[in-house]
Amino acid sequence: MEWETVIGLEIHAQLATRSKIFSGASTAYGAAPNTQACAVDLGLPGVLPVLNAEAVNMAVRFGLATGCTIAPRSVFARKNYFYPDLPKGYQISQYELPVVYEGEVLIELDDGETMRVGVTRAHLEEDAGKSLHEGFQGVTGIDLNRAGTPLLEIVSEPDLRSAKQAVAYMKKIHSLVRYLEICDGNMQEGSFRCDANVSMRPKGQAEFGTRAEIKNLNSFRFVEKAINYEVERQIDLLESGGTVVQETRLYDSVKGETRSMRTKEEANDYRYFPDPDLLPLEITADEIEQIRATLPELPDAKKARFVSDFGLSPYDAAVLTAGRDLADYFEAVVEAADGEAKLAANWVMGDLSGALNRDGREIGDSPVSPQMLGGMLKRISDNTISGKIAKDVFEAMWNGEGDADAVIEAKGLQQVTDTGAIEAMIDEVIAANPGQVEQYRGGKDKLLGFFVGQVMKASKGKANPAQVNEMLKKKL
Amino acid sequence: MSLKESDVQQIAHLARLAVDQDRLPEHARNLSAILDFVEAMSAVDTAAVEPLAHPLEMSQRLRPDQVSEEDQRELFQSIAPAVEEGLYLVPRVIE
Amino acid sequence: MSVHTRTVAELSAGLAGGEYSSRELTESCLQHLRQPAADLNAIITVTADQALAAADAADRRRAAGDAGPLTGVPLVHKDIFCTRGVRTSCGSRMLDNFISPYDAHVVEQMAAAGMVCVGKSNMDEFAMGSSNETSFYGPVKNPWDTAAVPGGSSGGSAAAVAGRLVPAATGTDTGGSIRQPAALCGITGLKPTYGRVSRYGMIAFASSLDQAGPMARTAEDCALLLEAMAGFDPRDSTCVDREVPRYSEELAGDLSGVTIGLPKEYFGEGLDPEVGAAIDAAIEEYRKLGASFRDISLANTHLAVPAYYVIAPAECSSNLSRFDGVRFGHRCESPRDLEDLYKRSRGEGFGDEVQRRIMVGTYALSAGYYDAYYLKAQQVRRLIRDDFLQAFAEVDLILGPTSPTAAFDIGERKDDPVSMYLSDIYTIAVNLAGLPGISLPAGFVGRRPVGLQLIGNYFEEGRLLQAAHAYQQVTDWHRRSPEGDN
Repeated sequence: MEWETVIGLEIHAQLATRSKIFSGASTAYGAAPNTQACAVDLGLPGVLPVLNAEAVNMAVRFGLATGCTIAPRSVFARKNYFYPDLPKGYQISQYELPVVYEGEVLIELDDGETMRVGVTRAHLEEDAGKSLHEGFQGVTGIDLNRAGTPLLEIVSEPDLRSAKQAVAYMKKIHSLVRYLEICDGNMQEGSFRCDANVSMRPKGQAEFGTRAEIKNLNSFRFVEKAINYEVERQIDLLESGGTVVQETRLYDSVKGETRSMRTKEEANDYRYFPDPDLLPLEITADEIEQIRATLPELPDAKKARFVSDFGLSPYDAAVLTAGRDLADYFEAVVEAADGEAKLAANWVMGDLSGALNRDGREIGDSPVSPQMLGGMLKRISDNTISGKIAKDVFEAMWNGEGDADAVIEAKGLQQVTDTGAIEAMIDEVIAANPGQVEQYRGGKDKLLGFFVGQVMKASKGKANPAQVNEMLKKKL
Repeated sequence: MSLKESDVQQIAHLARLAVDQDRLPEHARNLSAILDFVEAMSAVDTAAVEPLAHPLEMSQRLRPDQVSEEDQRELFQSIAPAVEEGLYLVPRVIE
Repeated sequence: MSVHTRTVAELSAGLAGGEYSSRELTESCLQHLRQPAADLNAIITVTADQALAAADAADRRRAAGDAGPLTGVPLVHKDIFCTRGVRTSCGSRMLDNFISPYDAHVVEQMAAAGMVCVGKSNMDEFAMGSSNETSFYGPVKNPWDTAAVPGGSSGGSAAAVAGRLVPAATGTDTGGSIRQPAALCGITGLKPTYGRVSRYGMIAFASSLDQAGPMARTAEDCALLLEAMAGFDPRDSTCVDREVPRYSEELAGDLSGVTIGLPKEYFGEGLDPEVGAAIDAAIEEYRKLGASFRDISLANTHLAVPAYYVIAPAECSSNLSRFDGVRFGHRCESPRDLEDLYKRSRGEGFGDEVQRRIMVGTYALSAGYYDAYYLKAQQVRRLIRDDFLQAFAEVDLILGPTSPTAAFDIGERKDDPVSMYLSDIYTIAVNLAGLPGISLPAGFVGRRPVGLQLIGNYFEEGRLLQAAHAYQQVTDWHRRSPEGDN
């Protein structure tokens, strides 16, 4: 039987507020255990939650960026269950009335097609603390610093049909939240993670199959691997006459497999009800417009502009706009290079990205600033250096040897454009290779490349290749 | 509404309450009596009535995003049953 | 020095006139608390050292010319209010070892007014009860008749004021927990409008119903206390940012032109005839004071207790989940595993009534029952509130009995939860609607006091206090004392 995979993602993005969603404790990462868990976060008797305005603002920004409806009135609800990392015995979340709902994002597929993925809803909720199992005998340690950190839970429609699509969608949301500056997107620290709902159905069937939920995937690679594993597991199960059980599973990244979670399982009667400590959240049309006015240019719009204004291919534009930092860097390079956009795109996506990858650096701490790179590109376009020499100049800049002009000057890398000097070199090469000259003149045109190479070698790469080419043809 | 002892056990489990087996009949009787009593509500037609969650129909006030709390771990953990290295301790949790 | 029979206003005058210092007053009060006659089990914790320090501070403040009307006057806080450095038990074994690391807003407010907290009063466990028999610390005795309950859940506060141990106490009222014990103990108790007083630091029972208020001998005292207690607190999202009137300066004035509604549902079956007779006599007094009366109907009154016994347990089942033996409070010995830790800590820490309500609430919220119970109760809640809104379109105040009977015997209703719940039949609807209500002494059935309830429109505490004060100017029920009149 041919199977169709159906995937929906629930992405948890930690909002980049200074303080927690319902308390004035800091959200900074990495503090000593429980030093950022205040009375409210600990759920001490008698404490009460008060909602952080910035968390609401950020949720609205996300809603506007994904074409969602912003709820004029939304409600916080309690999700009741017992777990040691959940101090109050309930999580404050949103249930029936989320703050934003019904939007969409567009993702790029490998074949260049664009696909629409529905955003069902995004709601505000508080994060739980952390359980630490290492270093203790028979006990678990609880750190509640993370408890109360604001989360935006972004729920997709079950529109995704493969692990690759799921990853493309997750990357798109990742890019969006960073553009919007509502989440730092740091997946190692858990700021951006997701649960994947995976089910299978016979191709052509309308109803969904029973789904399994894979919890807490915190890298794009794990999302892809976990889904692929789960798809195979479910197909094997179904084809051998078994049924998929609706359950929560964990991805074991060491073994590369998903397994059923033993805890939290039967406690699925969450007894949601409106949190009586909080009142309905109301957002007016005016407030929405005020927030809309502060939105940055978003990746899709930026991409379209890069295509129309800079003449980039849609693929290049998509790569360059995937991250706001990269797009900003690229635009600064274009400006510094007097508008040489295509050249800038090649260098940013090529040598610069390569160097960043090689050294494990982020674009934000590239030793070559956009001004330096742009300055070098100007020297290529005014023929001061060739593209080949530019690679050496770039490496020198990367290693801190100054900007392009300084490197060119210090190393004497200016192109030789003096016809006399080039002619002298050509004469020498012709004199030294009589056999090849004979063959060329006998009709073996391909040998021109050999002569150009010899002349370039003689000039230590500094001769202008186009000029060499032309002059050689005449001489030969 | 009459609750069985097994219902009481299920409810007590959801609420994480240890209940003595020999008191299950008493609990079932008491809870059933309360549920019978609140059953009076079903006589009134509320199909068109909007539920009222709060007596005052106000909206949520928002707090500026400012860090106002200092570290009080020592004070808070002085009343905790079991702590070590700043962590609250519970019996081992298996996921 | 016999100061313990005096009201807050009288003590305030005595302190202002230099008749005694707060130190002297507080020492006298502490000494009085230790006398066997005072053994009502009304006070769980006496805070002598802190009290004397606060009294000295109050005296210094007075010397510096910075004293307010309450500066130096002693009170007790219901043990539901968190008090920094002092055990805050909420009447439960669960919190028997809980030393609060912070002060409740109400505690801060009273301290800021210069009041001297001499102790924490007994209460029904987690405020769940109408007789003070569910306390881990044992029942409180009614000072008028020690065989009788003082009412609940603020029974310790009511008995302490009625027994002349302290002139004032704080209480909380979720379904009648200030007004019913005030009635049963013959004192004055006010439940303000929901949101008038911050709930921060008040251990939650049912968040959408809980409200703190003053308990004292007179309406005048309650006015003084509410002025200090009320006030905006940004830490409680449900607290209303609204100016606090000078209630104590607006007590005077006759009641001509005031229309009072008499809901027929509050005078029907179930009302003890002797209580009814006392209320009738009070109506006559009010007529003499110039008020006019109108018969009204609060048609859904019979649904108030059923709706309450879904909403309050549902909220409490969630509110009490934080008591899990992990960060504070009772933890069972040697838990086998996590589930054992939860179940035994909670099973041992909570008493029967609390467990009963947690289970009712858990059931009412669980899958498949939510609509039939919780949602239904919230719909009924609106019907009940609408009844009041309609009534207040026609009348200024509503009058009736606070409780259908005078105090019942200790043990009498302990094993019958539903009959216990019905003792709040006239008070509960007010909480569901979030309205202010006051109970004031209006006679006796034998030796046991009868309470008269006045209900006002939203934020009309001033009008309530005024009407109560007017009544207390022409009657002396509030001056009667278990030890004799004073």
